[in-house]
Parts: sequence; structure tokens; C-alpha cells
Amino acid sequence: MLKINNLHASVEGKSILKGINLEVKAGEVHAIMGPNGSGKSTLASVIAGKEEYEVTEGNILLHEEDIDELAAEERAHKGVFLSFQYPVEIPGVSVTNFIKTAINANRKAKGLEDMPANEMLKLIREKAELLEMDRKFLSRSLNEGFSGGEKKRNEIFQMAMLDPKLAILDETDSGLDIDALRIVANGVNKLKSKDNAVIVITHYQRLLDHIVPDYVHVLYNGRIVKTGDASLAHELEEKGYDWIKEEVNA
Amino acid sequence: MDLKEKLVSSFLAFEDRVDVDTFVHGIRSEAIKTFETEGFPSKKNEAWKYTSLNSILKHDYSVFPKQENQIDYNDVKKYFIHEIDTYNLVFIDGKFASHLSQTTHDGIDVCLMSSALNKPKYRLVIENYFNKVAGKDSVTSLNTAFAQEGAYIHIPKNKLVNKPIQIINFSTGSEAALMQQPRNLIVVDENSHVQIIERHQSLTDNPVLTNSVTEIFGNKRAIVDYYKIQNDNQNASLIDNTFINQKKESHVSVHTFSFGGKLTRNNLNFYQNGERIDSTMNGITIIGDKQHVDHSTLVHHIEPNCESHQDYKGIYGGNSTGVFNGKVVVNKEAQKTNAFQANNNILLDDKATINTKPQLEIFADDVKCSHGCTIGQLDESAMFYLRSRGIPEKEAKALLMYAFANNVLESVKITEIKKRINKLIATKLGVNIGFDL
Repeated sequence: MLKINNLHASVEGKSILKGINLEVKAGEVHAIMGPNGSGKSTLASVIAGKEEYEVTEGNILLHEEDIDELAAEERAHKGVFLSFQYPVEIPGVSVTNFIKTAINANRKAKGLEDMPANEMLKLIREKAELLEMDRKFLSRSLNEGFSGGEKKRNEIFQMAMLDPKLAILDETDSGLDIDALRIVANGVNKLKSKDNAVIVITHYQRLLDHIVPDYVHVLYNGRIVKTGDASLAHELEEKGYDWIKEEVNA
Repeated sequence: MDLKEKLVSSFLAFEDRVDVDTFVHGIRSEAIKTFETEGFPSKKNEAWKYTSLNSILKHDYSVFPKQENQIDYNDVKKYFIHEIDTYNLVFIDGKFASHLSQTTHDGIDVCLMSSALNKPKYRLVIENYFNKVAGKDSVTSLNTAFAQEGAYIHIPKNKLVNKPIQIINFSTGSEAALMQQPRNLIVVDENSHVQIIERHQSLTDNPVLTNSVTEIFGNKRAIVDYYKIQNDNQNASLIDNTFINQKKESHVSVHTFSFGGKLTRNNLNFYQNGERIDSTMNGITIIGDKQHVDHSTLVHHIEPNCESHQDYKGIYGGNSTGVFNGKVVVNKEAQKTNAFQANNNILLDDKATINTKPQLEIFADDVKCSHGCTIGQLDESAMFYLRSRGIPEKEAKALLMYAFANNVLESVKITEIKKRINKLIATKLGVNIGFDL
């Protein structure tokens, strides 16, 4: 589904990703871990198409197509979804109106008519229930005044609505208490299928207790320096990242 | 002959035709003197520093149209808020159009300035209110000198007017260039409530200059909601002079939606003569090309315990220019005044400009006055967030602009106006948003 070859990327002339290789197949869950500043969020933004990031070498293939020239919205239309580490507050647009606009924009890109209002309403209710979201929540302005947990739940709600092929969860666990973590993880697990894939970016192993990865990659200094199975996450939790750094620098 | 000379020389002929014995004759004569002395304001005048009238004064405007013109309702229906029942005062090239209007004298007066000025039964109201709050500056004086036609609305006490009143001024283009000077008087007595919608619409590309004066009197505990929809043609310009005198515990709000026209100057002035008064001025401006919109507001807090709220949002594209000049005066006696003013702007293009200038003159010591103005571009991180959800760039921009202007729409009390403004915004931004705000 996703194939990243020797990806180098920089922002404002500063090189951040220095040769990433990664292949994610349908049905898989990949975790990307690593210390602060290793390039995890940059990788997520580059895949999602943030314009400030410049790919200087290598490429990203989605369904075997190079997506370098595609705008963020075109990547979304092809099934890429990024759950933001810091979702943006947009006063004046309700959660419901926002998701309606997004759903219909994606349908339009596929040559479909707008989703009928009753169908939309039913879908919104169903997905809100999955994330244990209150009805009132949906009429609030997008992310405005939301708690950290509410913002992250809202991200996964959008993911549930948009039903992406490739979901990238950027530190979705940060700012979540244990109940919210369970709700969010449960939501992600329910959405998982053999046809889609998930990349979980996290510092900590606790989310990975709920969303069990097939592969764990350690990103350090812009490169994937180690890959293993779920047990690698436990090892990192126990021993921290220093031993990885030592291994790399040795 | 330039426009000033033409107007001054037209005045004598004009006064000959109207009744020189009336109370207003003296007022008119004074007013033309003021205009003759001062002329049109230039950029040397501090209040007109950022708005030059030069480009619109150069046309050879016809001041009194030679013929009466008719319009078919179906051709102009779209300019009416026609989805709901309303009283209508419609003028075509400055002349009352009875076939498009719906007036009333049933408990309230929704009729014509020309009758109010001439019929004895209105004399008392005219003597008490006409030109009592209007300014003495040159453009207002010019209107006063030629005051003849417009809306006359008198709501006696304890009346809740059951439907909004629309005042629409059409110009047909039958003259190569037309100058109009509508004059409106609105008196709302104790404990009464009225909603008014005003619009100026040119039906061709011929130049039109409208110099409009509206006096509004909100007496004790009156509630007046006034909506100005400005979406005129590219060769139509408007100088709107609105003066509001409020008595104690009255609430008056004016919403100004400026989307069109070549040059629009809104002089909006509130005078608070009483305690516990609330004055609201809200505006949304969305313009592009070479359009120019100037909001010059004044709220004069004269007595204690009053509030004023100003919230103006502007989105400027192309080579357009905007001005916000918000003056708040708080007299020494006006303790416990709460005065809020906000002017937030988005510039979409490098060549668009906005001049924003809050002016606070506060002589009381126990007051809360706040003002803030911002000028910015659209938030890049918000754009990426929306686009990452599959919303294309253009729609994402529009959505953010809707969101930006939205809180001003929230205070609009007539649903049909809210829908109409919503549509106008969508058209203006060239998008179709899949929901109503």
C-alpha cells in the first residue's frame, strides 16, 4: 500500500529525514517510535502532504503511485488520513458541518453526489457512538476549547467517518487519560480491516498494549535504525532509547 | 460645471418647486450654505484621509431625473427579502414606486418622507425630529438641502411591528449618470420594536452616486434592528450617513454587509442620551478588484451605565482597499460605560490594503473600554488541517473565511437575512459550501 524509498526531507533548508525506507501492506499495523526530535511528526506530515516540507531525495509510493506532486487534499482523496498531534482549533465551524464538508469533498473527488442528509446523520450518530461522544459535542466549534482528550477523540471520529486506507496516528495517545485511551484504541481497532493499514507514531508503549503492532520501527536522527515486532516496544519502554543511540553511534 | 456648482445652482430651482413656507425651508437654506462653503470633503479632511471621492465626483450626474421609470417586479424580485412578509418602501430613481411597495397607516406609519414633509398631520413629528440628530458636515448638509423623498417610519409606543420593513432604492440607468439623495426618518417610540432592511441597487452599469441620510430615534426602551445590505454594481457608489439618537434603556443595532459597489462610505453615528442604553454596530465586508469600503463609526457615550459593541470583520482581495475608523467618546458623566470595539481583517492579496484606526476619547474614570484590531492572512496550519481531510484549497479558504465572519452573522435576528447573507458570501467567494451557517 505504502512504500517509502530513501526519503530525504527538509524544512526551511534544515534536513530532518535522512533516508527513510518503509513498506506498509494492507492489513498491517506499524508503530514508529523514537526520541523527541527524531523526525516522527515530520514523516507523518510529509506523507500527508504538508507544503512546508520539501522532499529532497527519494519518494513515497501510494498504491504504487508516486505522490510527490499531489496536494494534501488529493492524498486524502486517495485514502491517506493523518490524526494530528495538535489538532487545529477552528472557531465558527461546528464538528458536524466540518465533517459533512469533508465527506462531500471526498465524494465529489470520486465523482459521487453529496451524501443524502439522512444517511449522513445516521453515519455521524453511529461513529459518534463508537467514540462515546456526546451529541452536544458535535455542534461545538471544531476543537475550540476542547480538552486534549476530546481533541484526540474528535480526530478518530473523523477517521471513522472518512474510512481511510492508510491512517497515520501522530501521538494520538498524548494527553489522553486511561479511559480516553481505551475509547480511542477501541475505535481504531474497530476500524481496522485487511484492506487498510495503520501507522502509529508514539513515544510510549501504552497505546501499543491496545493497538498491537505487527512491526515496530525506531526512528532516530531521521533514519529508521531498528525494526522488530511488538516486543521491541516493551524493550524500549523498559530500557529507554539510550541503548539505541549507543548502537547507532557505535 | 463641476458637481458642486451644479448642485448649488440646482438648489434654487428645487426650492421653487417645493413649498417654501414649510418648517424645513429654513433648514434646507442653512444646509445648502454649509455645503456651498465646505464643498465635498477632500483627503485633507482628517475624517476622509483614506477615502477619496475624486473618482466618483467626475461624472456629470443628473440630479433630478427627467422621467419616471417603471420596473417589473419579477426583474427585481431577487433584491427583496421576498421569502417572508414585509412592508416595502421602494423608490425608483428617487421616486416612490407604489406598485412595488407595501405601506401602512394601520397603527403605525410606514410611508413616504414627501408626504410627511407636506401633510399637516405629520407636522409635529417632523418639527420634533427632522434634522435633529443628523450631522452638520458638508455631505449630510447636501442631503438635507435636497431632502424630499425617502422612508418615513413612525412607530408609536407599545407596538411590536409584526414584519420587517424593507427600504429599497433602485436606479434604472435611464440617465447616463444619476445622483440620488434619499432621506429617511425613523422614529420608534417607547417600548416598541421594529426591524428594518435597507438596500441600494443599481440595475445597469451607468454610474450612480447615492448620498443617503437616515435619522433613527430610539425612544425609551425601544428596540430597533437595522440591516444594511450593500451589494451594488461596480459603478455604483454610496455615501451612507446614519445618525441614531437613543433614549434610556433602548437597544439599537445596525448590521452593515458590504460586498459590492465601487466606493462605499458608511458614516454611522450613535448618540446615547439616557442611561442603560445598548448600541451595537456589526459589519462584514468582503470586497475585491478595485473596490473601496470605509466604515467610519462614532459612538458618543453621554450618560452613565451604557454599553456599545462594535464588531467589524473584513476580507479584502485584489486591489481593494478598506478603512475602519472607529471613534468612541465617553463623557465625564458617563461612568460605568462598557465600550467594546473589534476590527479584524484578512488580506487575501499583496495589493489589498486596510487602514484601521481606533480613536478613543475617554473623559470618565470608571469605564471599561476595549479595542482591538488585527490584520492577517489565512492560518496556514488551519489550511493544512482542512486540506488533509480532503477539502480542496479553494473550499478550505472559503470555509475559514466563513468561520472568520460567522460570529457577526450569529447576531442577525432575521433568519432569511442570515440565509441571504450566507448566499452572498458564497457567491462572493465563488464557492458552494455544503451547509448553512
